[in-house]
Amino acid sequence: MYPADFRYSKDHEWVKIEAGIGTIGITDYAQSELGDVVFVEVPKVGTHLKAGQTIGTIESVKAVSEVYSPVSGEVTAVNDALASAPEKINQEPHAGGWLIKLKLSNPGEASALMDSAAYTAYVAEKSKEHSA
Amino acid sequence: MRYLPKSPSERREMLDAIGVATVDELFQTIPEKFRLRGPLNLPGPLSEPEIIDYFKARAAENSSGYTSFLGAGIYSHLRSVVTDALIQRGEFLTSYTPYQAEISQGTLEAIFEFQTLICQLTGQEVANASMYDGSTALTEAVLMAERLTSRHAILIARTVHPEYRQVLQTYARHLGITIREIGFSSTGQIDRAALAQESFADVAAVVVQSPNFFGVTEEISQLAEVAHAGGALLVDGITEAVSLGIVKPPAEADIVAMECQSFGVAPSYGGPHVGVIATRDKFVRQLPGRLAGQAFDAEGRRGFVLTLATREQHIRREKATSNICTNEALFALAATIHMTLLGKQGLRELAEQNLAKARFARAELEKIPGVRRAFSGPTFNEFVLEFPRSVKMINAALLRDKIIGPLAIGTAYPDQTKRGLVCVTETMPRAEIERLASCIKHILETPI
Repeated sequence: MYPADFRYSKDHEWVKIEAGIGTIGITDYAQSELGDVVFVEVPKVGTHLKAGQTIGTIESVKAVSEVYSPVSGEVTAVNDALASAPEKINQEPHAGGWLIKLKLSNPGEASALMDSAAYTAYVAEKSKEHSA
Repeated sequence: MRYLPKSPSERREMLDAIGVATVDELFQTIPEKFRLRGPLNLPGPLSEPEIIDYFKARAAENSSGYTSFLGAGIYSHLRSVVTDALIQRGEFLTSYTPYQAEISQGTLEAIFEFQTLICQLTGQEVANASMYDGSTALTEAVLMAERLTSRHAILIARTVHPEYRQVLQTYARHLGITIREIGFSSTGQIDRAALAQESFADVAAVVVQSPNFFGVTEEISQLAEVAHAGGALLVDGITEAVSLGIVKPPAEADIVAMECQSFGVAPSYGGPHVGVIATRDKFVRQLPGRLAGQAFDAEGRRGFVLTLATREQHIRREKATSNICTNEALFALAATIHMTLLGKQGLRELAEQNLAKARFARAELEKIPGVRRAFSGPTFNEFVLEFPRSVKMINAALLRDKIIGPLAIGTAYPDQTKRGLVCVTETMPRAEIERLASCIKHILETPI
């Protein structure tokens, strides 16, 4: 379910790091909690983000949620496809539904994030809380 | 919603729950010098008959029998008794915000119709319903442009209504927005050469008004090109909605901020009015204010709901697009009924009458020796004339003939003390226009 080469935050964002560039999105769990996504707001290319800062907002039929950057860096690309097809976040949260790419300024931060196994356990715990 | 005061024991309970000893403690963040000590300076309570007498006395202060040539943002137009009769129906007059769609279809459909009509008139794709008035609509349009472009400077024409510019200044003062004013040329339009000299580096929007404060229409499509070339948006303000019956819709503008008082709302005491913002569909997320949308219920029947409420304060708190969280629903309804009664052809005829009467008045007044047009640009139902004497002096004399004369624009433009703004709408009889001309002629022939 959760790709092994990603790192995950407690706020349900994922980051995939390749050659100093981190691709960021929200997890399958997050999209299923939000429901149908109708609008996505992302920052402009060139924006500097610190880990924990707001990337933007995701609006679903149920709620508006802030998305936080799991790592620090400068925005090098945003997923323009989401402007006309925000449902990609629901359909492919770990692939075509990515939000932004960052040039990492502090790659060490990623080690503080969860790996796939830890996140899977974290989500299982969350789901249990919900059904309880 | 019930408005019941709290009992002392309930207050105590609430204070204990949040761990505060007195209500005063809640206001500690407000500096002492700003806190109200002692009662407000208000008159005491009155009984119902006293209230009625009071308002009768105030109403008696209204002067009657005067002919007014004032416009400048507030226009005297014919209003149908149908409009007043319909908006006074309890279902409309006393209704609250239609959050609950299942019991508010009539109100929501009326709002939807208002938005649709405004879009048709302005050539824009989406309109809100509504803003307080034209001046706050213009300011909110500027704030929208700032959010959309992430730029913080505004180039605004000095031909925009001076009071609208003041409202914008008030908002901008603490928002980090820089406002640069652009002068006007001999046509009475924004000075295009001066605009071309400006650096557009941090410019969010070029703001104009058309017809502008001098009654002159601006070249919206050309100005849009200039703004867009600089990476800025074009905001067009409209104070005289009736002009849209004949003036080309400002479809090339990115945001249109409009005052709809001319559509069925009496000039009253200078308000209340009804503003609206219309814009492109792609900017809808940054549009402030209420928005009704068409939807379908579970059985596929057409219905209406408030939509995109996530822009608004009751959902998004400090991240809302605006801190304006109410509107002029009843007057938006009045405008809708008024527009519907007129129809497309009716609005065009109304606009043509305004244009024809204003042209007649201008020709009559220009016959007076020493009186000439101040600006050469095309006008609708208002125009600026230059007189050989101060306008205030002329007006003082006109008042004796029960004529409220041209607006002395020198108040807002100190170098223009001999210039006056004349407004002539469909309500003005020909005989009164001729009387104005003969009175001014007589005044100017009389030695000072």
